Amino acid sequence: MAEVKSAEFKKASGRALRDEKLQHALEHVMEHFVGARANIIESDFGDESWESMRTRAAAIKQSTLEHLDYYLDMVDKSVRRNGGHVYFADDAAQANAIVLDIAKRNGVKTVIKSKSMVSEEMGVNHILEREGIEPVETDLGEYIIQLAGETPFHIIAPAMHKTRQEVSSLFQEWLKTAPTQDIKRLCVYARDALREKFAAADMGISGANFVVAETGTVCLVTNEGNGRMTTSAPRIHVVLAGMEKIVPAIEDLALFLRLLPRSATGQRITSYNTFVGGPRAPSDEDGPEEFHLVFVDNGRLNLLRDEVMREALRCIRCGACLNHCPVYQKIGGHAYGWVYSGPIGAVVTPPMTNMKVARDLPYASTLCGTCKDVCPVKIDIPRLLLHLRHKVAEGALGERSTTWMERLFVGQWHGAMRNRRALEGKANLGRLLTRPFARGGKVRKLPFAPMVSGWTASRDFPAPAPKSFARLWREELAQDNVHPNGMEQR
Amino acid sequence: MKVLRRLGVDVGFPEDQTCCGQIAFNGGFRSHAADVAKHFLDVFENEEQVVVPSGSCASMIKVYYRELFEDDPETLERAQAVGEKTRELSDYIVNVVGTSDVGAASEGLVTYHDACHLLRELRIKEAPRDLIGGVRGIELQEMEDSNACCGFGGLFSVKFPEISTAILDEKLKNIAESGAGAVVANDCGCLMHIRGAMERRGMNVRAMHIAELLAEDGTDG
Repeated sequence: MAEVKSAEFKKASGRALRDEKLQHALEHVMEHFVGARANIIESDFGDESWESMRTRAAAIKQSTLEHLDYYLDMVDKSVRRNGGHVYFADDAAQANAIVLDIAKRNGVKTVIKSKSMVSEEMGVNHILEREGIEPVETDLGEYIIQLAGETPFHIIAPAMHKTRQEVSSLFQEWLKTAPTQDIKRLCVYARDALREKFAAADMGISGANFVVAETGTVCLVTNEGNGRMTTSAPRIHVVLAGMEKIVPAIEDLALFLRLLPRSATGQRITSYNTFVGGPRAPSDEDGPEEFHLVFVDNGRLNLLRDEVMREALRCIRCGACLNHCPVYQKIGGHAYGWVYSGPIGAVVTPPMTNMKVARDLPYASTLCGTCKDVCPVKIDIPRLLLHLRHKVAEGALGERSTTWMERLFVGQWHGAMRNRRALEGKANLGRLLTRPFARGGKVRKLPFAPMVSGWTASRDFPAPAPKSFARLWREELAQDNVHPNGMEQR
Repeated sequence: MKVLRRLGVDVGFPEDQTCCGQIAFNGGFRSHAADVAKHFLDVFENEEQVVVPSGSCASMIKVYYRELFEDDPETLERAQAVGEKTRELSDYIVNVVGTSDVGAASEGLVTYHDACHLLRELRIKEAPRDLIGGVRGIELQEMEDSNACCGFGGLFSVKFPEISTAILDEKLKNIAESGAGAVVANDCGCLMHIRGAMERRGMNVRAMHIAELLAEDGTDG
C-alpha cells in the first residue's frame, strides 16, 4: 500500500506555503476550476435544478451503499454473464496479488494504465516493477508524475503543480527529447512515446468512475482518450474499483455524467465517456480477450460500518471540494500525505489508513462549509470532520491524540462555562495575567501559552476588556430596562 | 443593546449566561460541550426570543445542537425549541422586527465579510447588507470573494497558524483593494482574526461588528 505520510502534515504544509512556484500554480489552476464550474452550472441549470440533481445523486449513492452487499452480488452476476471475472480484495496487498497473478499467468511484460486512484492506494506500479513488468501511466498528468517519481497532487489534475519547464526537463531525461517551452510540442512527445507502449502492451489497467450493477458496465470518464486505448488495445483488461463505485442502473449515469464533469473541470461533457461491457464478444472485431474486475475494500469498510462516516463513500472523486477549499488552495495536495487530499482526503484518510498517523487531518479545516455546498453528492464534510474530532478526543481510535494544551484548555473552559460566577473569576484571572503584556488594548505576545503563541506570531490578540459586559449590564444598562431579566418583544 | 432599544425592543441580558459550547464541540470534546450547552438551555429556554450577535454561535445553537444531542431525545427537544426562537442579530432586525433602517448614521465606504457559518449554515446573506445599506451616509462596497473564509476556524487558527494566516492574507488583500475604510462582519471570531492582523500590520481599516456600525448615530463617528 502507498505510504501514509500524513504525520508530516504541518511541516509539509509549511513547505508548500513557502514554495512560490507552487503558490503561483495553485492560484491559477484553482481560480480556473472554480470559475469554470460556476459558469457552466449557471448557464446550464441554475441553482435550483442543480440543487435537485445533487439531492437525487446523493440519494442514489446513499441507498446503493445501504444495500451494498446486494449490489455487489448483482455486479458479480452481471459481469460473469458478460464473460468477465470478478474479485473482491480486502486490502491493497490482496488486490496487488490478484493483479500480479493475472499478469504472470499471461506472461505480461508491459502494462498500460489509465488513471486510477485505487491503483495509487495499492501502489501497484511498484509491485509490478519489482516483478520485472513495466507499468506505464497513460494519462498525461499521471505519466508526468510517474516520470518524476511523485504522487498525484490533485485527484483529477495530478501534475498541476508542474511547470512546462519541469515537464520539458523530465522528458529530456527520460524520453531524450529536445528541450522546448511549447506545450503542444511536449504533448506530441508524450503521445509518440505512449503510442509505442499502447501498441506493445499485453495488459491494460484502468480505474472505474462508475460500475453499473444491472448491466455490469464499467464507465470511464477521461479527457485524453487514453482510457479507451487502455481498455480496448491490450489482450487483457483489468479494472480496479473501490467497492463504492457502484450505481444500480444504466439510467443513473445520465445524472452522474452531468454532475461529474461540471463539478470537476467545469466541462459540459467530458471528451471521452467510455463504457466497457466485458471481454470481446465473438461478433466483436476488437477488444480484450479477458476482462477482470477487482473490487477493493482497503479501509472502505471502516467508513461503511460507521453510520455517520458512510456518506463519505458517496464521493465520485470530482475534486470540487479541493478546488474550493481555502486550505487546499494554499497548501495543495501533497501535504495531506496520502492518495486523497483536500477536504475529502481529510475525511477518508484517517479511517482508511491509520488514525494515529493521520491525526492532524480532521483538524486541517476551518469548517467554512464551502466543500459541502459544492459537493455533487452532498457529502456533509464539516460534519464528518467534527465526527472524527469527536472520536479523537474521546480516545475511541486508540491513543488520545489531542494535545495536553487542548485538554487543559477544555478542562478549564468546562469549569468556567457552567456557572457565571466561575466564569467571572477566571476572566478576572485572565485580566490579571494578560495585563503585563497588553498595550493599548492589544496583546502582542504571551510567553506562557504555547497555543496562543501560534496566534500572536502574526496577529494581535484583544486584551480582555476592563469590565465584562455582564458587569456593565449590572452597573449601568439594566436600569433602563423594564424587565431586567426578560427579553420581551415590543 | 443600544440599537435594539432604539427600535423599541425590550432587551434583557440573563446574567447567568456563559457560552454556547461551540469551542469544545469543534474540538471534538462533545461531553464538555453538552454540559455547557445544557447550561445555555437552562438560562435561555424561558425567554421569548434569543438574539445572538455572532453567526457561528447562532449556528451552533440552531444547527449543531441537533447533532450534539442526537442521542438525548429529551434535551434535543429542548434544544430544538430554543433553536427555533434563536435569531442572529441582523436576521432578527430585518426579518422579525421588520426594518432595515435602525436610524443609524455615519459616513464613508464600508465593505462586508460574509462569515462562513452565517452564510453557509444559516443562509443569511441579504439581511446584513440591507442593514448596512440602511445606515445614512454609508456606502457598501463589495470586496472580491466576500464569501471566502477568513482562515479563522477557531482551533484551526492556533493549530495551524501558518495556513490560517495565509488564508487571511487573501481576505486582507481583498479588503484593502475594496478601498473601504471599514470591514463589517457579524461574527466575533472572524472579527477578532481580521482585526488582530490588521492591527499588527498597521492597516488603516477598521474591523467593525455590524452592531457597532448600527449603533453610530452620526455624532460619534
